[in-house]
Amino acid sequence: MTAQDRPARRLLPLAAPAAGLLLLLALPALLGAIDQGFLVGTATRILIYGIAATSLNFLLGYGGMVSLGHAAYLGIGAYVTGILSVNLFEDATLLGLGGSNLALVAWPASMLVAGIFALAIGALSLRTKGIYFIMITLAFAQMVYYLAVSLERYGGDDGFMMIDGRSRLPGLDLAGHVPFYFAVLALFLLAAWGFHRATGSRFGIVLQGCRENEPRMRALGCPTYRYKLAAFVIAGAVTGLAGALLANLAEYVSPDYMHWTQSGDLLVMVILGGVGTALGPLLGVAAFFLIEAFLPGLLHLAGLPDLAEHWRVLFGPFLVLVVLFSRGGILGGLRRLPDLLPSGRRDARG
Amino acid sequence: MTLVLEQVLNGLQFGVFLFLVSAGLTLIFGVMGVINLAHGSLVMVGAFATAAATQALGSFLLGLLAGLAAAGLTGAVMELLVIRRLYRRDHLRQVVATFGIVLFANEMVVMIWGRTPLFFNAPDWLGGSVELAGGIVYPVYRLFIIAVGIAVAALLYLLVTHTRVGMLIRAGSTHRETVASLGVDIAALSTLLFAFGAVLAGLAGAMAGPLVSVETGMGERLLILSFVVIVIGGLGSLPGALTAALLVGLFDTLGRAFLPDLLKLVMDPAEADTTGGAISSMSVYLLMAAVLVVRPSGLFPTAAGRH
Repeated sequence: MTAQDRPARRLLPLAAPAAGLLLLLALPALLGAIDQGFLVGTATRILIYGIAATSLNFLLGYGGMVSLGHAAYLGIGAYVTGILSVNLFEDATLLGLGGSNLALVAWPASMLVAGIFALAIGALSLRTKGIYFIMITLAFAQMVYYLAVSLERYGGDDGFMMIDGRSRLPGLDLAGHVPFYFAVLALFLLAAWGFHRATGSRFGIVLQGCRENEPRMRALGCPTYRYKLAAFVIAGAVTGLAGALLANLAEYVSPDYMHWTQSGDLLVMVILGGVGTALGPLLGVAAFFLIEAFLPGLLHLAGLPDLAEHWRVLFGPFLVLVVLFSRGGILGGLRRLPDLLPSGRRDARG
Repeated sequence: MTLVLEQVLNGLQFGVFLFLVSAGLTLIFGVMGVINLAHGSLVMVGAFATAAATQALGSFLLGLLAGLAAAGLTGAVMELLVIRRLYRRDHLRQVVATFGIVLFANEMVVMIWGRTPLFFNAPDWLGGSVELAGGIVYPVYRLFIIAVGIAVAALLYLLVTHTRVGMLIRAGSTHRETVASLGVDIAALSTLLFAFGAVLAGLAGAMAGPLVSVETGMGERLLILSFVVIVIGGLGSLPGALTAALLVGLFDTLGRAFLPDLLKLVMDPAEADTTGGAISSMSVYLLMAAVLVVRPSGLFPTAAGRH
């Protein structure tokens, strides 16, 4: 029997995203109703990392490019927006550029600078592939990290506060947690929709062809290097936007945003949620932050306070198990749910 | 002039560390085609075990042996439990699984030894300084490290080119399936090679102990620089790893020591200090970029690098 015969299977792919969207729209109100309004900040953080993870997933899942330096663009985006804001406040300049606290100036600037870095790093690293590519993206990200640490006027190791507060957006007061949440949500939806559209376009199909068999794509006369570089730059620029939002959320910018473990965390989020799926990355980010937020508490309740502080000692092996035994992460698991329903007859999975 | 020579020796000594870490990594990659982020954790295990055993036993040599044994054992267990299952998986899964091992190892070390860095001194017989030709007074311990590095490089060369195991390693890196079908136990060879790479990483950690603070995450800085070394040298190539390690060691050390002073000739001192500091911390990555432009598969390209 085919999958189309199964109502649950046919409805789930449509119903689940629709329910998810409703949940995201209603979330601030729901959290307010149960007096947990402070969690709006956490939800905003999840959406911001969702933007970064979605763009990384575009590289990974469709282009087959395992970038282990994606946090660099997150950091670059945060630094650009942060530095522009501080420059305006202190009437200072960097490389001859002044400052701005306007979202419509600072956020595109973050994307532009992150995109330029991605262009330079991608142009070099895409000359190689496989393990080389992983090592080179990690190394260049580390270089950007050291560059940020060396900016002593902007806090060096410690980073700096955006003393002027969040970026200004006409018609919306971003200083409030709820308006900022909705701004971030809109940008997340835009990014997720954009990447989803790109996946089905000619551009996305060429990328997937490169992932499956690059020599064959080249034999077909396709300039694979240019396509992959374009994808790399787009993913970098969108992650730069996530960085600008991250700086706004915390009103604080730090080299920690681009520490190499952050790049590892982003890969973890994508693989937790499900590589090469449109909504998997957001689920992965949510799962990651929920584990981080609640696992220590659960361990306390379980009478293991020693482990609560050191929850990573459990999280590490958990990741190994996920990699070794899970198929398609959380989203893959959800998609197989209809198979597990009591009434459902099991069919052979492809 | 003596200052330059002294910095050259420092650079060589840093290069030796990088060689010890990258040698195992590049051999493991050559034969097994697996990327292992947890190689830096093996450096850390070697350093902590040596520090703890040296304090407990009161002897650096016994501590060193304990450190090497701990690193080798950890490596073997890591290969048997996890890495072995990753050979046939894609690189993404290899990265995330070994990243999981890094998180586990770092947290485990914190649970056992706490967050305060450990310190221990080089033994008395390696303490003090000697005067070298040209009037340089240089610490004996650092000379010892350079000597150990040269000895290990020579030993590796003999091992890979003149022994049966070395022959299998070379054959395995180019024709893994053929070697397996000739009746060689590739699985056992992999475990052995992995444990051996772990011992080399542990040796780097153990010897670094008296020079740096022994703390969690100490191996990761070395790991990322080892990646730079391997990219420059060529994946799977031992001569490449040695050349590139010394190159990176010298480049980094000399850059940090002299770049700010050189820049002072052309710009004002305060600016030269910050710019020089920034450029020298990025210098090895810029070197890597330059090599990539000229030779994308490294200075010593190998068949294994084409994976």
